[in-house]
Amino acid sequence: MELLSHLADGFATSLSPLNLMIVLIGVTAGLFIGAMPGLGSVNGVAIVLPLTFIVPPNSAIILLAAIYYGAMYGGAVSSILLGIPGASTAVATTFDGRPMAQQGKAGLALIAAAVASFVGGTISVILFTLFAVPLADIALAFGPAEEFALVLMAFTTFVGLGGDDVLKTIVMICLGLVLSTVGLDLISGQPRLIFFDQPGFYSGISFLVLAIGVYGIGEVLYTIETSKTAPTVTAAKITMRELGHGLREMNRLWKTMSLGSFLGFFVGMLPAAGATPAALMSYGVAKSISKKGKNFGKGEIEGVAAPETANNAASTGSLLPMLTLGIPGSPTTALLLGGMVMWGLVPGPMLFIEQPDFVWGLISSLYTANLAAVLVNIALIPLFVWALRMPFTVLCSLVMVLCIVGGYAPSQKMHDVWLIAGFGVAGYLLRKADYPLAPLVLALVLGPLMEKSFRQTLIAEQGNVLAFVERPISGTFMAIAALFFVLPLIKYIRRSGKKTVAPAE
Amino acid sequence: MLVADRVIAGALMALSLYFMWHATVLPIGWNGTTGGPGGGGFPFWLSAIMLLASSGIFLRSFKTNARAGTFFDMSMLRPVLEVIAALVVTIALMPILGSYIAIPLFLFWYLKIFGRHGWVLTLSLVIATPIFLFFFFEVTIKILLPKGITEPLFFPLYAMFF
Repeated sequence: MELLSHLADGFATSLSPLNLMIVLIGVTAGLFIGAMPGLGSVNGVAIVLPLTFIVPPNSAIILLAAIYYGAMYGGAVSSILLGIPGASTAVATTFDGRPMAQQGKAGLALIAAAVASFVGGTISVILFTLFAVPLADIALAFGPAEEFALVLMAFTTFVGLGGDDVLKTIVMICLGLVLSTVGLDLISGQPRLIFFDQPGFYSGISFLVLAIGVYGIGEVLYTIETSKTAPTVTAAKITMRELGHGLREMNRLWKTMSLGSFLGFFVGMLPAAGATPAALMSYGVAKSISKKGKNFGKGEIEGVAAPETANNAASTGSLLPMLTLGIPGSPTTALLLGGMVMWGLVPGPMLFIEQPDFVWGLISSLYTANLAAVLVNIALIPLFVWALRMPFTVLCSLVMVLCIVGGYAPSQKMHDVWLIAGFGVAGYLLRKADYPLAPLVLALVLGPLMEKSFRQTLIAEQGNVLAFVERPISGTFMAIAALFFVLPLIKYIRRSGKKTVAPAE
Repeated sequence: MLVADRVIAGALMALSLYFMWHATVLPIGWNGTTGGPGGGGFPFWLSAIMLLASSGIFLRSFKTNARAGTFFDMSMLRPVLEVIAALVVTIALMPILGSYIAIPLFLFWYLKIFGRHGWVLTLSLVIATPIFLFFFFEVTIKILLPKGITEPLFFPLYAMFF
C-alpha cells in the first residue's frame, strides 16, 4: 500500500502541466530519432542531453527517459518501412516487419509494433515499480567493498556475456577506466594524466564529451559510409478499420507478449546484454513455441510483436539497476546516470530516501511516457513516412552542428569540442574494427565510483585486499564476477579441445 | 582488414604505454601509511592490462589467416575524410571568426557542396540554424557561444535580450 501512495505522489509530479508537456516532447523527439536509420536511443540521449539545460534537473531526466522510450518505439518504424533497423535494438523487428511491409501490410506491422511496445513497456514498468524498493533496500546495506564488487561484476558481464571479442572488450573497459582517472586524484587531490599540459584536462574527461563524440560524430561518419544509396520507403496508411483489425490480431498474442516482456526486463538488467539480445532471444523463443513458428520470417505478425515487447521491456529493465544501485544496465542509462550526477542527483539507494519526489516522479512518468508514445506513434505514422524521405546529408549536417554546440555548452571550453572531434574519429575507427563501444562509455561513467570504492575499502581495512572476498555480499559478487571472467576461457578450451579431436574421426 | 586491425592494436599499445608513463608521476605502488594504492596506481595498472590485451590482439593477427573484406571501402573513404576535414576547419574557425560564421559556413558546405542540395533548402537551413542556436543557447539558457572577431556585432543584440 505504501507503494501505491508513493506512486500516487509520483503521478502528482509527473502529471503537472510542465512534466506532461515534457513527456510529450520527449517521446515525439525520441520517436523521430529512433525512426531515423542509424540513430537510436543512445545517440538521441547523447545529442539532446546538453539541450536539457533549458528545464529544471528533475524534468530534464524525465525528458531524457521519455526520449529513451520514444526511441525504442521509433526503432521499429524504419525496420518496417525501410528494412533497415532504426537502431540495433530493432534488428529482430526487420525479420518479419519488412516482409509484412512488402506484402502491403506495413500499416498493420506498424500498429503491431506500437501495441507490442506498449504492452512490453507497461508490463516492465509494473515490474520495475515492484522491484525498485526491495532492491534499493538491499543496496542500502552496501559499503564501498560491495560497491566495488558490483561494478567489477558489471564489467565482467561484458567479458562473459557480451558476445564481442574478449580481448577487445577488455581493452575498451580499461581505456574507459583510465580516461575516467584523468584530472585530479580522488584522494590526494594531485593532478594526474594531464596530457600535453593542457589545462582542460584538470577537470577530467566528461562522459558527455565521450558520448557526443562516439555516438554523435562517430555515428554520422559511420552513416556517411553505409548510407550512400538511398533506401526505398514503403508507403503506409492507417485507417480506423486497420487499427481495429490490428488490435484484434494483437489480442491473440498475449502469451508471446508477456513472455517477451519478462524476458526483456530481466535480460535488460544486465549491463552487457540489453535490448538487442533481449529482442533476438524473444524472437527465437516465440518462433520455437508458436504454432505458426514455420511462418516466422515470412511476415508473421507474432514475429513483430515478440522482439518489440522485449526491447521496450529491456529498456525499462536497464533503468532498474541504474536507479537503485547506481550501475547502469545499458549505455543509454549510463548517459542518464551521468546526466543525473551532473545535476547533483546521485543514483543509488539513498536517492529513494533523499529524493523520493524525484524517484517516484520519474517512475510514474514512465507510465505516462508509455501511453503518450503509443498514441503519438500511431497518430504520427504519416509524418514518419515523410520524415524517412529526408536525405541523410540534411540529418547528418544538423546532428554535427548540435554535437559541436552541445559539446561546447556544458563546460564552455573549446578544449571539449576538440576532444569530441577526436573521440568521434577514434570511435568511428574502433567501431569499424569491431571494438565494442558500450563498455567504453560505461567504464568512463563508472570509473570514479570503482576507484573510489576500491581505495576507500583498502584505507578502511588497512590495505587488506582480502576484505573484498571476506564480506559475504561482496564475496558473492566477486565469485560471480570471476565466473563471468572465466566463462569465455572455458568456452575457448572446450572449442579448441573439440578441434584437436575432430581430425581423428 | 588484417592490416587495419594490426595498426589499431598497435596504436592502442602505444596509447597504453603513454598512459603508463603519465601515471608514474604519482605513486603507483602500495602506500604503506594510508593503505591501498597511490594516486597513479589505478591508471597505471589498468593501462598495463590494456597493453597486455592489445598486444594479444596484435600478436593474434599474425596467427590467424587473413580474413576477407577490406577495412575501408575506397569510394567511401573520400567523403568521410572530407567531412572530418570540414569538422576540424569549423572547430578551428569558431574561436576566430565566431560560431555564427563558422557554423553557417559548415552547413553551406555540407548541404550545397557535399550534399548537392538546392538553394532553397540550403539557404533556409543556413539562415534558420544560427537563429535557433542564438535564441536557444544565448537567450534562453544564457550560454554564450564563442564569437571571435564578430563579438562587437552582438552588442546591440545583447542589449536587446539581456
